[in-house]
Amino acid sequence: MAKSIASEFTKGLWKEVPPFRLVLGLCPVLGVTTSMKNGIGMGLATTFVLLCSNILVSLLRKVIPAKVRIACFIIIIATFVIVVEQMMQAFAYTLFLDLGVFIPLIVVNCIVLGRAEAFASKNGVVKSTADGLGIGLGFTWALALLGFVRELIGTGSLKGDVFGLVHWDIPNIFGASFEPFGFAVQAPGAFVILGLLLCAMNLIPSK
Amino acid sequence: MGEMIKMVVVLTILSVISGGGLKGLEEWAKPKIENNVMNLVKGPAIRGILEAADNDPVADRFKITDGDQERNIFVGVFGGTADTVVVESSASGYGDKVGMVVAINMAEDSLRGMAVTTHKETPGLGARAKDDPTFSAQFVGKSISDSFSVSTDGGQISALSGATITSRAVCSGVNQAVETYNRLKPQLEEKIKGMGK
Repeated sequence: MAKSIASEFTKGLWKEVPPFRLVLGLCPVLGVTTSMKNGIGMGLATTFVLLCSNILVSLLRKVIPAKVRIACFIIIIATFVIVVEQMMQAFAYTLFLDLGVFIPLIVVNCIVLGRAEAFASKNGVVKSTADGLGIGLGFTWALALLGFVRELIGTGSLKGDVFGLVHWDIPNIFGASFEPFGFAVQAPGAFVILGLLLCAMNLIPSK
Repeated sequence: MGEMIKMVVVLTILSVISGGGLKGLEEWAKPKIENNVMNLVKGPAIRGILEAADNDPVADRFKITDGDQERNIFVGVFGGTADTVVVESSASGYGDKVGMVVAINMAEDSLRGMAVTTHKETPGLGARAKDDPTFSAQFVGKSISDSFSVSTDGGQISALSGATITSRAVCSGVNQAVETYNRLKPQLEEKIKGMGK
């Protein structure tokens, strides 16, 4: 049993990383990863929603009637999304300005609803917690990696913080003469770099 | 039938708990959010349009009662006299409300400037009302005796291309700010008399 809880958690970190292995939830993946900071912020916001909705859905799974389960899941998910939106406005307003419309859009993120429907509504609280946390953190590192590569190539430096707790500021990583490759932080660059990362991920077997 | 009732009951209870909880959260977060908006959005916008002021308009603000609501008024001191007030207003744009700050020169009854603060307009189109300084620059120095409208409606403001609704919203927001100013003018003059020595 203990082993399976651990494996529910770790599958999200590597074997089933949503954007890379399942190619799910690409809208925020492409939209907000102009910098590593935004990627991490978005990833953590989604993790919070995923974790809370997974716990609540698995707690209520015997109460929720099957015919209206999707409506119930959406109410639960939407509630937590508004919680995140309000908290972010109260404590990390600049991040909220950067992420903008992508925060309310977590409601329709297929990963969140997908985990509620495919996992939490069929499994116990402990397993669902492990699953939500694993998938969420997997999503976060995927966004952070994409944001890292785009910011590095697109601006030549890295700068940001996570909710004011951790700061980093490394200017001119490639030296002062490096000409930033602005394409990387624009929308088409997101597709190209995501494609290259997917390619790299496929070279490494998932098992 | 029993299942039907269960569905209704479960959905109702869920919605009620969710709605009530979120209302509580909103009440709790509201002052924090307003504080953030003041420091990070409105503050820089007001300092931007009143760049030449001798004082800090955000620090020198006061509240004034207008009918049944309270309004924030920011004061700008130019050349030793407090002659500029900044009024907040908002109007419905393409997305949600477009919020803005409008600076009015009380001595000349003209606009010293305006800036869009909060909005949910389309990036690249309506959002240029905030990002494109040439749009808001059109308002600078205009007399407030005429109301503002976009040129397609016969007015003096050229609309942002592809964002006529947003441009109209900005004009109507400025008009509302002017109305508020005219209504409160006697009170405002009284209030700022002692300021800016």
